[in-house]
Amino acid sequence: MTKLLLCLITLGNNAFAATLPVAGTDIAKSWDAVYWFLVYLSLVFFVGIVAAMVWFAIRYRKEKNRKPKYIHGHTGLEVIWTVIPTILLFVCFGWGWAVYQDMIHAPANAMEVHVIGKQWSWQFVYKNGTSVTNDLYVPVNRPVKLIMSSEDVLHAFFIPNFRVKSDVVPGMYTSVWFEAKLPGIHQVYCTEYCGTVHSGMLARLIVLTDDQWKDWLSGKKIDVDSLPADPTFPGYRANRLGEGMPEAVAGSTGGQKQLTLADKGKAVVTAKACIACHSVDGSKMVGPSYKGLYGREEKVVANGKTITVKADDNYIRESIENPLAKVVEGYPPSMPPYKGQLSEEEILSVIEYIKSLK
Amino acid sequence: MAHTSSAHGSNYLNHSHGIKSWLTTLDHKRIGLMYFVVIMMMFLLGGIFALLVRWELFAPGLQFFSSPDKYNQAFTYHGAIMVFMVVIPLIPAAIGNCVLPMQLGAKDVAFPRWNLISYYVYILGATIAAATLFINQVDTGWTFYAPYSIRTGTSTTLVLLGAFIMGFSSILTGLNFIVTVHKLRAPGLTWDRLPLFIWAVYATSIIQVLATPVLAITLLLLVLERTIGIGIFDPKLGGDPVLFQHFFWFYSHPAVYIMVLPAMGVISDVIPAFSRKPIFGYKAIAAATFGIALVAFVVWGHHMFVSGQSEFANFVFSFLTMLVAVPTGVKVFSWIATMYKGSLRLDTPMLYAFGFLFVFTIGGLTGVFLAVVSTDVHLTATYFVVAHFHYVMVGGTLLAFLAGLHYWFPKFSGKMYNEGPARLASWLIMIGFNVTFFPQFILGALGMPRRYADYLPQFTSLNQVSTVGSWFLGVGFLIVLVNIILAIRNGKPAGDNPWGALTLEWQAPSPPPHENFFHEPVVTEGPYEYRGEKALMGGNA
Amino acid sequence: MAHSTGSVTHLERHHAHHFKTAHEEFEACKQGMWIFLVTEVLFFAGMFMAYAVLRVLYPDMMKAAHQLLDWKKGALNTVILITSSLTMALAVSAAQRGEKQKIIRYLWMTLICAGGFMVVKYFEYAHKIHEHILPGALYQYKELTMAKVPLFLSVYFVMTGIHGLHVLIGMGVIYWLIRRASRNEFGPSYFTPVEITGLYWHFVDLVWIYLFPLLYLVS
Repeated sequence: MTKLLLCLITLGNNAFAATLPVAGTDIAKSWDAVYWFLVYLSLVFFVGIVAAMVWFAIRYRKEKNRKPKYIHGHTGLEVIWTVIPTILLFVCFGWGWAVYQDMIHAPANAMEVHVIGKQWSWQFVYKNGTSVTNDLYVPVNRPVKLIMSSEDVLHAFFIPNFRVKSDVVPGMYTSVWFEAKLPGIHQVYCTEYCGTVHSGMLARLIVLTDDQWKDWLSGKKIDVDSLPADPTFPGYRANRLGEGMPEAVAGSTGGQKQLTLADKGKAVVTAKACIACHSVDGSKMVGPSYKGLYGREEKVVANGKTITVKADDNYIRESIENPLAKVVEGYPPSMPPYKGQLSEEEILSVIEYIKSLK
Repeated sequence: MAHTSSAHGSNYLNHSHGIKSWLTTLDHKRIGLMYFVVIMMMFLLGGIFALLVRWELFAPGLQFFSSPDKYNQAFTYHGAIMVFMVVIPLIPAAIGNCVLPMQLGAKDVAFPRWNLISYYVYILGATIAAATLFINQVDTGWTFYAPYSIRTGTSTTLVLLGAFIMGFSSILTGLNFIVTVHKLRAPGLTWDRLPLFIWAVYATSIIQVLATPVLAITLLLLVLERTIGIGIFDPKLGGDPVLFQHFFWFYSHPAVYIMVLPAMGVISDVIPAFSRKPIFGYKAIAAATFGIALVAFVVWGHHMFVSGQSEFANFVFSFLTMLVAVPTGVKVFSWIATMYKGSLRLDTPMLYAFGFLFVFTIGGLTGVFLAVVSTDVHLTATYFVVAHFHYVMVGGTLLAFLAGLHYWFPKFSGKMYNEGPARLASWLIMIGFNVTFFPQFILGALGMPRRYADYLPQFTSLNQVSTVGSWFLGVGFLIVLVNIILAIRNGKPAGDNPWGALTLEWQAPSPPPHENFFHEPVVTEGPYEYRGEKALMGGNA
Repeated sequence: MAHSTGSVTHLERHHAHHFKTAHEEFEACKQGMWIFLVTEVLFFAGMFMAYAVLRVLYPDMMKAAHQLLDWKKGALNTVILITSSLTMALAVSAAQRGEKQKIIRYLWMTLICAGGFMVVKYFEYAHKIHEHILPGALYQYKELTMAKVPLFLSVYFVMTGIHGLHVLIGMGVIYWLIRRASRNEFGPSYFTPVEITGLYWHFVDLVWIYLFPLLYLVS
């Protein structure tokens, strides 16, 4: 009898647990803790409310209780059911916020990959210049930060197994980060409606072991089909639209020979004559030098006032597209706007180049 | 209570004759009925799209539609019709128009002519929007997010204009109700004696008046964006698509409360009448109604936790959103407590009230999952959200509407419907609803995104359960419709006050005369003072 | 029904029968207009928000772009509208006293001011259209090519356009009041339409008082 009961509990528990995807990162596990807390808290309230309702419907129906009691309220009770839920809600809020902090703040050593969403595919661009469509290769046990933008309309990048999601917006950068713990293939969805093939805008997140990662970096082909399938749905293959083969940005195919993203950025700043005003060695010209710029706190003039901003991706993008919005203190507001003159990939390659000039 | 309607002969239905007398009527009850008829037609249309959407999702790949575009259009029309043309006007414009002046003891609303104009404005807007079905279908989703909505299908502009025009109808109705509540209350009907339905519609009207103009300007800007390219929301022209979302949700979040507050008002009237007890905590419920209306204006950003808005904004909006749950909880607890030691009549309106409590509690609790930022990140834009808002809007608003329909039908038709089919339908709708939407919570938690024409095969079985549920739901609604039509044709006379309810509309004959009351009612106590003999009446069960 | 027809003079006019007294009806109409004006405030607030966002994000652009506007014409229009508000107030007080000729005279003066406002607006618009100083994608003015300037013009045209539409609607209503006043419909016992049109007109005026410095005098 006890055995049967235990068996049933285990079965129930497993069935319950199967309503969430596997937790593919440590943060996903702490996310799950918040989620299950909310589920059980909700169950307590729901069962209580429905039980009271059903009990009253049976106990106090007309046939059983002809004379109702004349009651208007009960202040004590009302205070209790206002105060206790308020406290519980702020527990939910606080815990949820703490986990959210971990979810959005990537560690400084995170490996960065650029993501470009477009109708209807995902392009993943690595620092070494490799660009892959609809397959995102990352190493296991290493923090990875995705820096994302869109070429056309809104998209959203969603990895259920890691509990991360962010809109991908044209004209600005958003990011998600994760440290994958489970090698194998994980499903990626677009979750912001983007037109005809929205439901086909899928990608595979391919988490490689250290050895596989070295192989992939050196240009060896990975036999993706032999990797473990998405652990959430063991019986099914993860899906992606189209062919997901790596393609080289600069036209060459030999892994190491292609231009890195930073090299490509260097070519862009040369071709567009950015280096006529911005030095790459720290010397002061018409504009600030690129050297050591990325991540620095800069005093800038905006709205006639001096404020301090961090020279991050969004700031550099803004300074390329609309340079006069925030001019670094001590420099003339003379740079022309480059909005619409650079492709998404060119902008992020320039940012990458600036990052490389430490 | 000796007289019945038949003793008087003349009522608002036979007061004047002919189609023209209806189309030009200034009688709030007739206008309410005309709203009811048109909204039901729109509900049928939106419902057909819903069934098609569910049919398409019965299996992966395409079943019904010839292309994903057709599916995208179907969910767009389903959403836009249900939100703008059905759920927003449903209770305020249809039930509110009939009931509000009568509960106040007034002869009509403050501005009867504007009331009729607002009806035709609604018809005009709905016609323009629905006409696009035959021209060039729209596929933006009901949220019209830029920049997709700037670039897609030409007739999107017409739908935007239609929604813009319907906004004026909503504003006029709200304005009319506010002034009516202020100026036309019967002698003795002080603010602390107002029925909670009035409080709810009054709070709703304030939201309509304050939030709808912001939607109007947003839609207008989007129309200009599409026609001449003003660029404010278009990143290609230097604009900001996230700004559109802020504008849109500044209206559309309060709009959620335009939908649900009147529903709560109906429930607050039904539960005491069928429990034969005063409502538990009248003041707390009225205050909670206003608390919700107030907080409604400062929580729009919780729709945008993953939109790229700042971390600080997420903190503030998540924090404030928590505050919505408190007054909502107060209401639910108070309704349950009203039943305690009552003498419960389990007639159809009360069955729907039970259904409302069951479903709305789930809708409210799952709302907390979406208010906590971290859990929202995973769950937003998945079927979890779809399930959540259907639990609130369909489960909440529609079930409360059905409760109200079965509650006030005898008053405004003078006839009683057949109780058997009505109860059968209420069970079918309850079961169908939960079978349709509960699996969607699990689908969403597992990661299935919303607005997907096609899905991965691992989601098949839950989707099939959901689709089968939608059929039960459809059959349930059909039974309600047929039962109501049959009752209008040959229902038994209902009597003036079949439920023994105490709000003023029940003091008038059924159906009420042209100007509602033969003698202006005088109010001497609150609306739910069920005691002594009055506590023992009511219910045909 | 009990609403007035052309032949009824103000002394005989009955209030709508769902109100108890004429005063109650007057109070209701006035409250209705106030609520409508609240709606209008929120309607314009949307555009003021868009303006504020641009102003905070791109202050230099706003400073440069506002020089495309002619502040002298704007100032002239401000004076015209303030004058019209004054004549409107005089018309309302004349209506309260039932002085038919004065009502009509002041309403005509208000109408002429409103017309003058629209004429000045016409010259402003015509000049900008000629120079291709236009909103968003239509902007083709070669002298100022700074980024985001077209957005300023989008805000300018939408705000002043919608405000102008309000002026035009107001002109129609004022003309309708003149017609009714000449039929002797207004007097101490009934002047509701003049009173609430007055409220509307002051609101339209007030919006301009905000628009003028925000758009023409950015500094």
